[in-house]
Amino acid sequence: MSERSNQNEIRPVPFRGGGFAPTSKRWIGLVVFVVLIALAEIGTQTGFITPLTLPKPSDVLKTFGELYSSGLLWKHLSVSLSRLVVGATLGASVGIAVGMMIGLFSYVRAGLLPLVAALFPIPKIALLPLFVIWFGIDEGSKYALIAFGTFTPTVVATYGAVDNVDRNLIRMGQSFNLSWVSIVRKIVLPGAMPGILSGLRISLAIAIILLVAAEMLGAEYGIGAYILEAGSLYDLERLFVGVAILSILGITLSACIGMIERRLLRWRV
Amino acid sequence: MDIRLTGVSHSYDQVEVLRDISLEIPSGRIVCIVGPSGCGKSTLLRLIGGLERPTSGEILQVGSPPADCLNPLTYIFQDFALLPWRTVRGNISLVLEDHGIGGQQAQQIINDVLARTKLSDFADALPKQLSGGMKQRVAIARALAVNPAVMLMDEPLSALDSQTRELLMDDLISLWSRTPFTAVYVTHNLAEAVRLGHSIVVMSRRPGQISEIVHLDTPLDQRGMGDAEMEEKQKYLWQLMRDEARAADAELIHV
Repeated sequence: MSERSNQNEIRPVPFRGGGFAPTSKRWIGLVVFVVLIALAEIGTQTGFITPLTLPKPSDVLKTFGELYSSGLLWKHLSVSLSRLVVGATLGASVGIAVGMMIGLFSYVRAGLLPLVAALFPIPKIALLPLFVIWFGIDEGSKYALIAFGTFTPTVVATYGAVDNVDRNLIRMGQSFNLSWVSIVRKIVLPGAMPGILSGLRISLAIAIILLVAAEMLGAEYGIGAYILEAGSLYDLERLFVGVAILSILGITLSACIGMIERRLLRWRV
Repeated sequence: MDIRLTGVSHSYDQVEVLRDISLEIPSGRIVCIVGPSGCGKSTLLRLIGGLERPTSGEILQVGSPPADCLNPLTYIFQDFALLPWRTVRGNISLVLEDHGIGGQQAQQIINDVLARTKLSDFADALPKQLSGGMKQRVAIARALAVNPAVMLMDEPLSALDSQTRELLMDDLISLWSRTPFTAVYVTHNLAEAVRLGHSIVVMSRRPGQISEIVHLDTPLDQRGMGDAEMEEKQKYLWQLMRDEARAADAELIHV
């Protein structure tokens, strides 16, 4: 660099620090939905998209209205929701318990980790006939399928979260002579909570996927049954109504977990 | 209650970290342990508090702790070790709950220790809202709540900036002047050692051995900044440590 660089040239220092900092822009998500549905509506109205490819969104909405006014919506939804709640609660709570045990006890870890690794990749849907034999064709097999499907991801998320709890906090608990139970309840469990909750997001999405699978056999009512029936009749409007209900269910569950996170994890930086 | 160490040695797998440490920690005194990094001074503190077992040698409590003492050997950690999901009050109540102290009695203890550490206005704040110095004062308040016989301080001021460090040193001195406590204070900062220590144990690099024990007779509250005698002691300590520190710095770390 020469000392005699041009002293007369004055410009502001260019700004380079933008981006890489996601901020909350809620309404954009809604805009994406509206635009996509509007495009589908325009496409189907003008004939650019044939009715065999995609049903008109307005027709789907009409079918949804019919379903609602006939009272069947609630019937399908209540049956499905109870299956989802029972199955997912069972799977998630057993999963959290087993995950904690794996995180806390070396012998349990050594014994169960290979088993969990073996169970995780099994497509649970493939086991439905087996569950029907074990737990019966009615509710039992459906609960079992959903519970089993939520169990494995919850276990993996939970023991990972327990592993990530700050060891120094546990040392601190020991140095103040806290009992083992106190350390687990007051230090390990709250410390693992962020990981457990983010695992629960995945587990609950899997539970919804399995709900449809569970209702493939021996279900008269339920969103899954409704979708499968519409699919086999090639009734695209009703198929899309069912799929939309599942999507809304997924969004609602994820919003619920978001709310729990905001309440329980207020302490996070 | 005194602490007596006789012939304490410790090794991790093949690596010898401490060799034949014999040391007396008399009650009511602050013993500082200084040494180059990796000399095993933090390990020694974990051994004294029973968080680790020495490979050989004995660590003894001489005399019984006072009756109202809930946790005789109490640590103050470098990283504060506060539960981020509990408020200041909750963090202190954590260590009382297991002793069956709750309700009115717990509140009384908590209010007392918060007042002693000048934290009364921050009782309901979460750790993330506090500065580093405040966090360490919460940890000190928590330690005071269990009325320890011996405080084990593991580089308590090392994570703080130098101004905060000065302030907290003053706080510690005034706490000690009001009610003298026994403490083992591990640090790599010689200025802290000469301000707070009644005796200063200088350790050699790994395997850590006691190379000298320096006694300081000036009362704690008369050791101002820039005191000539303190300066001299600090210089003397640095002479002792200099070559060790250089050699320790040049060592490869075997993990």
